[in-house]
Amino acid sequence: MDTYQPPIFELSSPGKIGVNLPEADVPVAALPAELLRQDDLAGMPELTEPEVIRHYTRISQRNFCIDTTFYPLGSCTMKYNPKLHEEAARLPGFAAAHPLQGEQLSQGALRLMYELQRDLAELSGFDAVSLQPAAGAQGELTGILVFRAYHQDRGDTARTEILVPNAAHGTNPATAAMVGYKVVEVKSDERGNVDIADLKAKLSPRTAGMMLTNPNTVGLFEENIREISQLVHAAGGLMYGDGANFNAILGIVKPGEVGFDFMHYNLHKTFTTPHGGGGPGAGAVGCSAALAPFLPGPRAAKRADGQGYAWETPAKSIGRVKTFWGNFGMLVRAWVYIRTLGAQGLREVSEVAVLNANYVRVKLQGTYPAAYDRICMHEAVLKGQIEGAPEARTLDIAKRLIDFGYHPPTVYFPLIVPEALMIEPTETESKQTLDSFIEAMLAIADEARRDIEILHQAPVTTPVRRLDEVRAARQPILSYNAEKIAKLRAEGEAKASAK
Amino acid sequence: MSHYISLTDADRAAMLKAIGVEQIDDLFADVPAEVRFPEVQLPQPMSEMAIRRELAALSGANADAAKQSIFLGAGAYNHFVPSAVDQILRRAEFYTAYTPYQPEVSQGTLQAIFEYQSMICRLTGMDVANASHYDGGTALAEAAIMAVASLRGRRKVVVPPSVNPQYRAIIRTLLQGTEIEIVGDENPEATPAQLAAQLDSSTAALIVQSPDFFGALHDLRPLVEQAHAAGALLIHHFDPIALALFQTPGEARADIATAEGQPLGGGLGFGGPYLGIFTSSEKYMRKLPGRLTGATLDVDGKLAYVLTLRAREQDIRRETATSNICTNQALMALASTVYMALMGRQGLRKVAELCYHRAHYAAAQIATIPGFSVRGDGPFFKEFVVQCPQPVAQINARLLERGIVGGYDLAQDYPHLGDAMLLCVTEMNSREDIDALLDALRG
Repeated sequence: MDTYQPPIFELSSPGKIGVNLPEADVPVAALPAELLRQDDLAGMPELTEPEVIRHYTRISQRNFCIDTTFYPLGSCTMKYNPKLHEEAARLPGFAAAHPLQGEQLSQGALRLMYELQRDLAELSGFDAVSLQPAAGAQGELTGILVFRAYHQDRGDTARTEILVPNAAHGTNPATAAMVGYKVVEVKSDERGNVDIADLKAKLSPRTAGMMLTNPNTVGLFEENIREISQLVHAAGGLMYGDGANFNAILGIVKPGEVGFDFMHYNLHKTFTTPHGGGGPGAGAVGCSAALAPFLPGPRAAKRADGQGYAWETPAKSIGRVKTFWGNFGMLVRAWVYIRTLGAQGLREVSEVAVLNANYVRVKLQGTYPAAYDRICMHEAVLKGQIEGAPEARTLDIAKRLIDFGYHPPTVYFPLIVPEALMIEPTETESKQTLDSFIEAMLAIADEARRDIEILHQAPVTTPVRRLDEVRAARQPILSYNAEKIAKLRAEGEAKASAK
Repeated sequence: MSHYISLTDADRAAMLKAIGVEQIDDLFADVPAEVRFPEVQLPQPMSEMAIRRELAALSGANADAAKQSIFLGAGAYNHFVPSAVDQILRRAEFYTAYTPYQPEVSQGTLQAIFEYQSMICRLTGMDVANASHYDGGTALAEAAIMAVASLRGRRKVVVPPSVNPQYRAIIRTLLQGTEIEIVGDENPEATPAQLAAQLDSSTAALIVQSPDFFGALHDLRPLVEQAHAAGALLIHHFDPIALALFQTPGEARADIATAEGQPLGGGLGFGGPYLGIFTSSEKYMRKLPGRLTGATLDVDGKLAYVLTLRAREQDIRRETATSNICTNQALMALASTVYMALMGRQGLRKVAELCYHRAHYAAAQIATIPGFSVRGDGPFFKEFVVQCPQPVAQINARLLERGIVGGYDLAQDYPHLGDAMLLCVTEMNSREDIDALLDALRG
């Protein structure tokens, strides 16, 4: 079925409306003429409700998603999103509650937040949690601001550098830079760990801290994690944990017990709040007792008199990082998830996530070399380098996977692995699904050896095929403009007839 | 075994054998033995039925707009959300998809974001809108950073006291590590016009919230002229519903404009997830934080959409990116897109008019109640300040007895205002609701 829909502005007819609003029931007040809008909302679409529903339902069908497709995106933890969570977040006491209605009228929400803070702290071996940050990157920003405040509070003002492994997510260096730190890159060794010799060389009295993902971005548990923490601490620095890969270590190890001082949790990864096509996420943060006074507030706390819950802001708080209390709807979903599984169930999540990733790794690494020949954690990083198909590239392999009905893995990340393919199956996938995916990957390798054109042409089964990204960037059309779109279509028609 | 795990015992055994290990625990040999498999104390797992009961108790312990009549705004607004909005949000294709990095299998999300950007540009009169930011406060903070990044050598950002106090707090937090200087709200009574007259060669931007925290509307044109005359940018923080009726940042030639997008079909949600709207003029397009979607062609010449101008972003540019933002609020942007599509030109106007006329009716009536008065005499939208005869907490307690959630106590942020309450009236407050409020205030 062709699900093409023109831009909604082309479906608009003057005079249509898609809502049923009440009539005015109060006297009309005078409007300030000098402050009125001049153009009467020209260009806003005008459609009826059924037209709007059909438009967005049809375009939705142009997406792959977890509910239809295996989605093994490394680093993103695309696990199943339980349906109970969606019902929970929509209960009126959550969905229709005003954030400023006061403690007395928010006791249920406060208790939920208090319990989620407590449970996240317990899972990671930390003393305190703040649920305020909106996403992982905001959790990072919060953490590095806390590092800065901690050092300043002690009068330790000569620390100007943050160490970041060369394998790190791009958010890490971007975050450190936003807080005014100089980013110092640390190399990785041939086993995929932080290179200890290079770390020692880069540590100095200027070191404010180190940002480290563990399991790291090549899907491996840092074998020397305790030594790394000891070295950073001995230099007077603090350890920041990027919790993007926390899904691999629930009940396996607590980051707070291997030397991390601070960490963010991606609730939209580990705690299965839906990704939503790019958000909302939630980036709760946890930390040691020494850093707890600097956390952003308000946080949920038990009242001193034992009568329920109240807001409290830590003594030396860096301040507020987000409006209100955080992405509350996501917190509800994470709370339900922890209540559903309990400690044993969460440990099983990590065990199976790691089992699934290693199964894919061993089945594929004969054809797609593993970046590191080790037991991996929740994701397997392979190279799109197929023996007997020198022309095959990771991008082509990824695009061909689409024709087999799979969302591609993360590609070309981490940057230290050539032609990287980062496969994270997650724990919610069955062996049947993994076997079919493995078969597809092997079939693609055969195709690459037989006729590389098949890969170059891929995908051929999608509503649109490979896109002209250069044109998109050189002649940006970032907002609907009838003239520009008409010109683009004419170009497209010329392109099609030239074929 | 959990109902979210899809392996049988036989599957596990076969997989362990393929991997070449005896048991699952062997997969974690890299974790130091002394900290491996710690004790984790969490509440006992519960069945779905038991969880539902627990959730009913938790959510029932909160007030909500379905049970109470709410006259509280202050940055979160009780606006009407058509049923059709949530139906689209519940499409698994939208909510269980990832960021559209693979455009061939993400055209739904990409087209929706393109339409969102387009509608926001039309609503605001601005040239470019990003795919979304976390919320209004964080968008405003990054707008300040963007202004400084766009003007070399200017480090001062002027923020009037009439900007939402939470936003001012967020700006101060997020800019802690930068050399940007935040000034303007030392005197709690300073107006944007007074501050605009004091801009100098070190000022990067003047921020104006209009309607401001107190609901007052400002004429942006003279403020923009003064900012530009001083070589500074003007950042307009707006209310998206107000723009259906009132002056847009585009008309006033603001350089950057941000908003809390929650009023556009987002619901109250106890404060989140919300939607940061972030727009600018074309001149500063390449300094925008966050994602942008653009229209292009595929190899067959078909119209298609793709994330573009990616060289600004953290995953490409790392420490030299314009921002560290990665995950944003795509699903909330979708909610606002569907909302705007349903409302259309007429609906948006109608909602804004209902808000305006009902708020003015409420204000006019409250002003006639002995002991109460309405502060200020300029035009306002949705919100206005009521001077009360007793502390606001006492009045709100009295209102609550009648099932009414009253206004925001301004004394917590503006001690000089004393017993003043910020009241909010939207299209959700019918005349009947307003009359009940008036009765309760009369005591």
